[in-house]
Amino acid sequence: MRQVRSQKSEDRSQNSARTFAWIFLALLFLAALFWDRIAGASYAHQFRDFPGAHISWRFPLGTDALGRDRLARLLAATRISLLLAPAAAVFSTALAALIGGVAGYRGGLFDRIAARAIDLMLSLPWIFLLIAVRALLPLNVSPAASLMVTFALLGVLGWAAPARVICAGVRDMRNSDFLLQARACGCHGFRLLLRQLAPNVKPVLLAQFWTSIPLFILSEANLGLLGLGVSDPLPSWGNLLRELETDLAFNPGIVACLALMLAVMGCFRLITSEETGVRRQKSE
Amino acid sequence: MRVFRSLASLLLSLAVTVLIGGFLAAALVRLSPGFGVDQHSLDPTRDVAALRALQAARPEQENFLAYSARHTAAMFRGDLGLSRNWNRPVAGLLRERWPVTAQLMGIGLLGGWALALVFALPGAIYPTRIWNALGAGIGGLLLCVPSAALALLIFVWAGPVRAVMALAVFPRVFQYLRNLLSHAAAQPHVMAARARGIGPWRILLWHILPVAAPQMLALAGVSVSMAFGAAVAVEVVCDFPGIGQLAWKAALARDLPLLVTLTMLVALATQMANALADALSNRAEEVRT
Repeated sequence: MRQVRSQKSEDRSQNSARTFAWIFLALLFLAALFWDRIAGASYAHQFRDFPGAHISWRFPLGTDALGRDRLARLLAATRISLLLAPAAAVFSTALAALIGGVAGYRGGLFDRIAARAIDLMLSLPWIFLLIAVRALLPLNVSPAASLMVTFALLGVLGWAAPARVICAGVRDMRNSDFLLQARACGCHGFRLLLRQLAPNVKPVLLAQFWTSIPLFILSEANLGLLGLGVSDPLPSWGNLLRELETDLAFNPGIVACLALMLAVMGCFRLITSEETGVRRQKSE
Repeated sequence: MRVFRSLASLLLSLAVTVLIGGFLAAALVRLSPGFGVDQHSLDPTRDVAALRALQAARPEQENFLAYSARHTAAMFRGDLGLSRNWNRPVAGLLRERWPVTAQLMGIGLLGGWALALVFALPGAIYPTRIWNALGAGIGGLLLCVPSAALALLIFVWAGPVRAVMALAVFPRVFQYLRNLLSHAAAQPHVMAARARGIGPWRILLWHILPVAAPQMLALAGVSVSMAFGAAVAVEVVCDFPGIGQLAWKAALARDLPLLVTLTMLVALATQMANALADALSNRAEEVRT
């Protein structure tokens, strides 16, 4: 009895934490959408009389070495991450669904080729793969192009791990009773995939989508820190964190970027645990 | 006979994966913008004959397939080629740098696994909410920080930079390890052992760990790749002269021989670690059953 009660209270606290995570992300997204009104300056505007300014009423997070308002840059970077990381996750999940779904459903040669391709992608550590491929793409491009290249790269390269999970899920369902019955009723081809298989794979796809978002945000930050991410003056969490190299001892406003990133990642982790929990419940 | 067949199939699969990886890396470098442009060829004082001689001196300018085939054949003879960026044999560069990366990876693997075990094992024997929450909290916090930022923070604060490796590996290992151990601890035979009054450490050693051992070994194989990924970021940020930093510089300089060799070696090392872990895991499963 006591165990059941403690489980219930744990579930309740987890649910309220998830609700809080959703609300926090929604508010942050709204703030990032209207960043120019909140911050009062463009992320690229240089206040040349105030380079490296400390925290003040005028500049709540101070300014960087070029006199740019750090709050404006942080909000713009948040908007970029919160818009483009999910977009890249949608793309990579769709690619994984296509490859993993076809391989798992058709089996045989398709399955073997897909498994080999997935092995190849996963045999290279993620950050090594990103660095190698990003560095081979043009580096001296406009900031907007560098932004698109960075997130497109994440979307294109991030399919392998989700594809393996999706492929295994579809392979398990291939000979399940409901599919046999659907086939016996004359449902074949794409209709079978869309009407019968897709709704059953949806929880797996959603879990992979939510897992990919924090991974892509972290990867962008790592690439930015290594100088291969979004290029100046466009802000991203990666290139904002590069300020840690120089300024940490003098201006704790920089730490706000790291703190915000931690908060956002924490929220995504809570939401991800909810999605994987739903998937586990459905599989049980 | 069956063992030899499976070993041969494993080796063949390894070789094919590594060769395809190397070929794709070479193709990407070859197609990348700015590849093959020698700074001397931009010198307006050189005549046509000198420019042709310069172009002929770069073997990767020839037919790409022929170059790849020749490079692969040379690799099998032990000749890893000459780095264009460093103007030195690739084998020499790797020989100089691998101890740094091996040391970092060793620290990462040992430290990360030790931390993960410290937090996960007591949770499996005495499932207390505080200890579980502490492990999950620290692990979750570390998972939210990019490893390069973590390295930079510790570097700026003059902390032990190598410890970043352990902090980068720990949360990823802990996450899986905790699930594995709690799943094993919830098995009916463990509950029966508890009901018979067997001590917690005896239950851990004889009833929980043997059940979780195959998956733990597989996880050990995967953690090699995690450690290498963390080593790349740490070496670049903290300027450690290791393989990760070499890969980063090779990628930035479009150094074809070096990048292809590194891609093949990294793919080979991670695949071999996974294959070894799988073999040990299968063996552990056989022993258990």
